[in-house]
Amino acid sequence: MAAFIIRRIGQSLLVLLIVGLVAFSMFRFVGDPIDNMLGQERTIEDVERLRTQLGLDQPFPVQYFKFLENAVQGNFGVSYRQGRPVAEILLERAPATLELAAVSGILAILFGIALGVFTAIRRQGAAANIIMATSLIGVSLPTFLIGILLIYLFSVELGWLPSFGRGDTVKLGDWWSTGFLTSSGLKALILPAITLGLYQMTLIMRLVRSEMLEVLRQDYIRFARARGLKDRAVNFRHALKNTMVPVVTVIGLQLGAIIAFAIITETVFQWPGVGLLFINAIQFVDIPVMAAYLMLISVMFVGINLIVDILYVFIDPRLRADRSGAH
Amino acid sequence: MTDTPAPMPTNSRDKSRWKRFRESDFFYAFKRSPVAIISFTVVSILVLSAVCAPLIATTNPFDPATLNLMDGFTPPMEPNAFTGNTFILGTDDQGRDLYSTILYGMRISLFVGAAAVLLAMVIGITLGLISGYFGGWTETIIMRVADVQLTFPSILVAMLIFGVAKGITPVEYRDQMAIWVLILAIGLSDWVQFARVVRGATLVERNKDYVAAARLIGRSPWAIMIKHILPNALSPVLVIATISLALAIIAEATLSFLGVGAPPTQPSLGTLIRIGPGFLFSGEWWILFFPAGTLLALALSVNLLGDWLRDALNPRLR
Repeated sequence: MAAFIIRRIGQSLLVLLIVGLVAFSMFRFVGDPIDNMLGQERTIEDVERLRTQLGLDQPFPVQYFKFLENAVQGNFGVSYRQGRPVAEILLERAPATLELAAVSGILAILFGIALGVFTAIRRQGAAANIIMATSLIGVSLPTFLIGILLIYLFSVELGWLPSFGRGDTVKLGDWWSTGFLTSSGLKALILPAITLGLYQMTLIMRLVRSEMLEVLRQDYIRFARARGLKDRAVNFRHALKNTMVPVVTVIGLQLGAIIAFAIITETVFQWPGVGLLFINAIQFVDIPVMAAYLMLISVMFVGINLIVDILYVFIDPRLRADRSGAH
Repeated sequence: MTDTPAPMPTNSRDKSRWKRFRESDFFYAFKRSPVAIISFTVVSILVLSAVCAPLIATTNPFDPATLNLMDGFTPPMEPNAFTGNTFILGTDDQGRDLYSTILYGMRISLFVGAAAVLLAMVIGITLGLISGYFGGWTETIIMRVADVQLTFPSILVAMLIFGVAKGITPVEYRDQMAIWVLILAIGLSDWVQFARVVRGATLVERNKDYVAAARLIGRSPWAIMIKHILPNALSPVLVIATISLALAIIAEATLSFLGVGAPPTQPSLGTLIRIGPGFLFSGEWWILFFPAGTLLALALSVNLLGDWLRDALNPRLR
């Protein structure tokens, strides 16, 4: 088991090195950094000086290593567009995205599992059928349309909730600004969180439902019922617990997806997070910001994947014995 | 022994093929499923009207000479307050007839979606066949890359490819190239599914007798892969292609909506939807409603068709 974990960590590091190479190549070959930093009025000496200063005259592997060294220390260079260190901008934007992602993730997991169990147990019921039919539309609806629809309903027609921005925020510590502590901040959070979580919720719900249906057919469930156990005990203690392996995988992967899909939600609601920053960076070809975002998000994804793989071993005892041999 | 079997008389063969199709389980399942018939009809109507856009559109929205700014914000089916012109679906802020603009926009959406899926299919099938047939380190590398790419949501990969390609193309070509960059970005972000399915099928097929026979008579690996193995792996590919088409259309709309896709000079459905939300508060609902409704109808019906196709072609899942 230790060997398995060590090998998975090794693989994760390799993936990060490759992503780093991609990010670095973007940095190095898309546009000329010197061009972007010096203005129109420059001398050849200026260019040469900056080239040596930035280390651009050194061989590619040396530069790559330097880039990694800087990246590990959180130094991603200076944004072409804003002229400030990328790390500073990212840190400033991160709380907004993380709070949004956390709230929608929790919403998606809670409602996804609850509705999944409900639709599996009451398979023939009218309510379950309505939920399943709605979920199909939910999967087909593009995220940005859901957002616009919610804005139309709750901001334009009913006027209950704000349609953009984060409301008032409160500073916690040095750099974390939270929207949880003001009523306008909480109100502003509702629509984006629903928009972002809805797709993940339907996905989790459909998965839990199909896994539950699979498990409920098994003999041990029938024996549990024959033993006279209460429905609640059978459904939750015996059935739900055994659906958890695939559900945990998908939830893990979806947590990463939530961060990525936050780009769309943040654009619709003009939520001042990292995703909006990234979209603006693409529009203006702000390579340092793009590279930093890529690195940041891959660390997150690879980390989540690693944790999910290790969690497997703890959730499913059968894997403990033979997992170390498999790849 | 010859390489190719003697060709059958084409005429009778075509007739029997049509008849065989009419009598097949597949067609029977189609006739019995209202969802399939409705979604197929909707897709056909939308695709046909997109293809025939120049014939059935009332104006050409790409021709600035036909536009009149005074026509702007005309509600559907009502005469404009200044010019007295009436438009079936109203006009947008620039006075473009929404009906024509949607037709042309759908054309771009469908073209980008179909081309991207085609690209993903070609890449995926090639890499899937290679890794399934040859195995070894080629397979390891290809499938590792596929695994890594699969951990990232494809929309994010597409955005990154779009951003990098935009950085490489010179500024003056960016708008012209946007459509092709978009196809490249969506296509490259979506090949993994195809590669996995084709590899799986190839692994099963390559050990069968007919492949051994083909190898014995000296056919080249490529001929065996394309002429013998691929036809036996096509039905799952078809299912994935249909579902991918729905996803590609949504991906294109999303990218264009975010402003990193089709440029305003060549608006797709997503670019049109991008204009709309700004006018929701002032009551011009139709600017958003009609393009969004069209996109929804398109994506939903392609999706339903794909779902049905998966069930119809794969009896094990039924």
